[in-house]
Amino acid sequence: MDRIPILKVGDCLLVTIQVDMHDELAMSLQEDLTSQIARYGSRGVLIDISSLEIVDSFIGRMLANIAAMSRVLDAQTVLTGMQPAVAITLVELGMALPGIKTALNVERGMQLLQEYMDEGPEPEETDGSEA
Amino acid sequence: MALKRETYRIDVSNDVVRVRQVARSWAAELKFSLVDQTKFVTATSELARNTLEHGGGGTMTAEIVENGTKKGIRLIFDDQGPGIANIELALRDGYTSAGGMGLGLSGSKRLVNEFEINSEPGRGTTVTIIRWK
Repeated sequence: MDRIPILKVGDCLLVTIQVDMHDELAMSLQEDLTSQIARYGSRGVLIDISSLEIVDSFIGRMLANIAAMSRVLDAQTVLTGMQPAVAITLVELGMALPGIKTALNVERGMQLLQEYMDEGPEPEETDGSEA
Repeated sequence: MALKRETYRIDVSNDVVRVRQVARSWAAELKFSLVDQTKFVTATSELARNTLEHGGGGTMTAEIVENGTKKGIRLIFDDQGPGIANIELALRDGYTSAGGMGLGLSGSKRLVNEFEINSEPGRGTTVTIIRWK
């Protein structure tokens, strides 16, 4: 079965989803990511979805699960590159993806992860604003 | 009256991917805006997955329809699965029978212009949607 490649860069894991995923592929990504976080002790996960043309409730749930699981494993997830049409549709669908950090592009996403790793564990989830 | 009509099987999860692509190419053919295409394809994905997961497989029939000068795409998702006992409940946000988020039916209804569901316990479910250009 095909797999979505996960790249290890320093303390982070990078994933670029470039194919129209069927459900099993999305599930296997979830499993692969969590086992790699544990194996490498990664502190950050960046998922770039700029080539995804839709995010439906299944993929949305998978992304939310990845963020929640990595948080439990002491890693921060950032979702980058969501297309505007996808964002509009997702909110209308009823999924605002609460609890997932997002950034407009990979560069800003990496900055966000770097800040998180520099300052150590996050203070209690409030608004996450930095001075 | 349909201007064009095709039927596709939905038996495995790759078929869900395939009918999404069909929905995309038809919506592009009718020159839907990018946002409308995305909404339509997302609704297609939700309903095709329902046909597969809850209906145990079935078909999607796609039609180009006309209403006066306006054109649209009608999709009919049909299965012979267990059916839905309480449609009103199934259409409610957050109601789930499969451990998901319960947005499949209620969410896709918001993404299209017309939405109709017919189901009889033991006989299957038919969901019909239309998105107008």
